[in-house]
Amino acid sequence: LVFTEEDKYGLYSSLLFKYFLAEGVVCGHDLFVASAKEHPANILKELPAPLLDDSYRKELGDEAAAVKSEDFQDSMKIAWRYQNLPKMETSPTTYTKFGHYYDVSKKMSPELCQSVKLHSFYLHEELPFEPKMKTWNMNSAYARLLQSIQRIISQEGFDGSDPQKKQRNVLRIGIQSLGSILWGDDVCCSDAPEDPQSLTKFLYVLRGLLRKSLSACIITVPAHLIQNKAIMERVTNLSDMVVGLESFIGSERETNPLYKDYHGLVHVHQIPRLNSLICDVSDTKDLAFRLKRKQFTIERLHLPPDLSDTVSRASKQDLAGSAKLLSSGCGAMAIGKKHLDF
Amino acid sequence: QGKFTLLRDTRTDGSFLVHHFLSFYLRAGCKVCFVALLQSFSHYSIVAQKLGVSLAAAKEQGQLVFLEGLKSCLDLLFGEEEQPGQPSPLQFLSGSSCDLRALFDFVRVSLSATAGHSWKGPVLLVDDLSVLLSLGAAPVAVLDFIHYCRVCVCCQLKGNVVVLVHSNEDSEDEENELVVNSLCHHSDLILWAEGLATGFCKDVHGQIKIIKRLSLRQAEQDLVQTYQYKIQDRNVTFFARGLSAAVL
Repeated sequence: LVFTEEDKYGLYSSLLFKYFLAEGVVCGHDLFVASAKEHPANILKELPAPLLDDSYRKELGDEAAAVKSEDFQDSMKIAWRYQNLPKMETSPTTYTKFGHYYDVSKKMSPELCQSVKLHSFYLHEELPFEPKMKTWNMNSAYARLLQSIQRIISQEGFDGSDPQKKQRNVLRIGIQSLGSILWGDDVCCSDAPEDPQSLTKFLYVLRGLLRKSLSACIITVPAHLIQNKAIMERVTNLSDMVVGLESFIGSERETNPLYKDYHGLVHVHQIPRLNSLICDVSDTKDLAFRLKRKQFTIERLHLPPDLSDTVSRASKQDLAGSAKLLSSGCGAMAIGKKHLDF
Repeated sequence: QGKFTLLRDTRTDGSFLVHHFLSFYLRAGCKVCFVALLQSFSHYSIVAQKLGVSLAAAKEQGQLVFLEGLKSCLDLLFGEEEQPGQPSPLQFLSGSSCDLRALFDFVRVSLSATAGHSWKGPVLLVDDLSVLLSLGAAPVAVLDFIHYCRVCVCCQLKGNVVVLVHSNEDSEDEENELVVNSLCHHSDLILWAEGLATGFCKDVHGQIKIIKRLSLRQAEQDLVQTYQYKIQDRNVTFFARGLSAAVL
């Protein structure tokens, strides 16, 4: 269960959402898209087109080769201690077989979209709650969504209930803007919401459904609107992976020279620890994203070298302050008080 | 015997302690009732296998009674009408009763029935209690449930209770903090896994504080020990502060 905190204007989180669905289409998984904001068919029309393997690999290969040949001969003279450290790779130059790359400037062809089965749930087109269901003590929109998901899972055999089905497939579920007012939940509007447990109950039942079927789910939530932090803590507990996107649009960081190459930061609050005592922690916690014309990339955050002629004290403090903000840790591994900065 | 152990984690994941206690008590031959609210059976099973215990076998023999919260919840909400003789342990979810009585009955029944086998003392293990609050149980109901469990398991059956909770120093979740603080006062032993004060480190995953209550009246007499730990695939290594293998 991947829980994504939306950025303020929802631009980048919807991009991430579409990537998830596009990957599903390319892999041949079934899709289930739920939204209260836009009709799922419209969402699907805007999925990025997958890059044909050959041309992109060649591009990447060329770039990588160029980079390698250049600094192969340079050996460091002053900072020679750093020579032995592995080269910092900001983006995956050696492509891996895992996943595909997408071209954001092009839309996915309708034939490709239609090659997989799509189940959609558009809240405003759904029938009202069936009275014969037992009282669930939950927001009715969430309850309907859960029923719909459960029905698809059992009908299509994602939970292994149909032994005749030989080819087992994966269901990718994407739920957009959960918790917003459009779903009938006021958890994003008021400090003391009417039914604070609806969202957490929904997540718990969804988690149960995911665990017992071959499915993966991404949820985006406008977390910046949720005033009640207790709910966010509980939600983090109930999700496997929690990622937050913070875009620089409209904030003071947009003009901050530190971040001039990037469009926002990626905060990884929690990573899944499933079927094992340990979890897979990467070396760095500071990730940033940027949206180039064709690509949306997530990279390690690089502080640009301080090359200004007049290095004033003020700017140095600013840098230090921002650097402190960068190294906030992730919940599955321990985080501590940030009074020491390295 | 008759001890209440509280597992607490702050800003890190203390579930490795749950896995440890599960395999520990099963290997010791105790009858275990495991209320697993957050993860599926296969998750615990796979980790337990790495630690050398087979959960499936223990379940077959009746040594382990496993309540898979997620599955039970789905059965309650999506299943057919419940049979009158077997109420779902998570009944409070559907609103027919707002207390955790059904859950307690489940625990009591599973640990009391020991006909035929002579397992050593019963153990109740809960992972994790904070989820009950997320599901709509009131803090008082949760505390009542723990109290009843304690009376039944620790006093009447002379067994042990181990419970995991999450907490956070600057948490805004008042209900959770209320439950955690109350449980801290009632515990015989507290194992508190915390993040390092200096931040994230690859070789030292956190620190664990062991607080042994010698007297329930005076907190000054508590014995406090602190160690740091690193979690590996099959094992967790503990060492004194500052003496991680990476440093030496």
